[in-house]
Amino acid sequence: MFKKLLISGFLLAVFAGVGTAAVSFVHDNALPRITAVEKSQLLETLHQFVPPETFDNDMFSDTIEVHDAALLGTNDPITVYRARKNGAPVALVLTTIAPDGYSGDIKLLMGIRYDGSVAGVRVISHHETPGLGDRIEADRSPWIDGFAGKSLENPEEEQWHVKKDGGQFDQFTGATITPRAVVKAVANTLRYYEKHRDELFAPASEKPHE
Amino acid sequence: MSDNAYRKIALDGLWNNNVTLVQILGLCPTLAVTTNLVNGLGMGIATTMVLIGSNLIISAIRNIVPGDVRIPIFVLVIASLVTIIDLAMSAYLTELHKVLGIFIPLIVVNCLIIGRAEAFASRNNMVHSVVDAIAMGFGFTLALTTLGALRELIGFGTLFSQANLMFGEGAKWLTISVFHDYPNMLIAILPPGAFLCLGLMIAGKNVLNARAEKRAAIAKVEPLGGDEQTAG
Repeated sequence: MFKKLLISGFLLAVFAGVGTAAVSFVHDNALPRITAVEKSQLLETLHQFVPPETFDNDMFSDTIEVHDAALLGTNDPITVYRARKNGAPVALVLTTIAPDGYSGDIKLLMGIRYDGSVAGVRVISHHETPGLGDRIEADRSPWIDGFAGKSLENPEEEQWHVKKDGGQFDQFTGATITPRAVVKAVANTLRYYEKHRDELFAPASEKPHE
Repeated sequence: MSDNAYRKIALDGLWNNNVTLVQILGLCPTLAVTTNLVNGLGMGIATTMVLIGSNLIISAIRNIVPGDVRIPIFVLVIASLVTIIDLAMSAYLTELHKVLGIFIPLIVVNCLIIGRAEAFASRNNMVHSVVDAIAMGFGFTLALTTLGALRELIGFGTLFSQANLMFGEGAKWLTISVFHDYPNMLIAILPPGAFLCLGLMIAGKNVLNARAEKRAAIAKVEPLGGDEQTAG
């Protein structure tokens, strides 16, 4: 009896060990590739928002980190990528979080032109209902492109809601919560931008105090 | 074993013992993702891939695993396998992972995988286990694709929408608007619609089976009758 127990326990430990080792081996090998793929995809998206010919700096190294839990949806520091031409600010790209999606955070990548208008918004990750809320993805519906060119003056700030709430952005059939969360996050990010524009474009050497 | 064994495994997986329609296993992912045909297909393919791997490994270790701790060991094997597939796909098959990636974490909770491990792979050799995995996985894919097509058709009046996500931009033409100016019937897309459509599919399968049995019975009574169709 005792011997059987020992054998079972031993085998269980062996399988746990082998399983963990296999997972961590694959993880270690895959991680650099996953990071590289993510980076090249980020670059591709950055170029969608800010065409390469409109700036001449290296956006990947011209970054600062900011945080604002109320307007950017997360307490974690957020990296802001800045585009300049001949040193003059052109646009910036940052990630922002819509914390009140239907199921969890919706992570967005957003480009803002220097004049405060939206260059573009893309969903990086979300857990919304397939077939309903996932129409915020650019691949599935053109809805998210509706933000391009908009700013807090156009439309008026009180129009930054879905139609159901008296604003001017469409909701989806069967899914109001998801687009409502995205509209709110985009508006909040623009508010943050308006408040901190000069700090956001400050040269990397004089980082703003957090 | 004879060809008959393979035939039985294949028929069981596809029809007689279909995961979704007969065993009613793995309902969580089944009901959750089948809002359209392409999603059903994606979930089916991802599950089949995991099932083949898990059946193969479980069958290979079946003689060294003591009965008392087999379930925790199966869980360990399946969880490691799913995590490895998820990581490897996101690194080396990024495009495919973008499509199937959201389904993979859901596979861990699919009792189809552990069900086949316990009911089949732990008692049969590796070749049979792989054949069983392919048959079961294919039957699952078929049921999910049908369910997705049904819900998409009733809900949005289309078929193959978002096919570009799985087959690339060139596949956009696949999307068919079956009814034009269709007033969307949202209930088919929402969770209740999943239950309703699945119920209809199970009922439909039972009707087909009952008919086939009747025909078989008639054929038995009149052995000289021209209709020689058999059940199955």
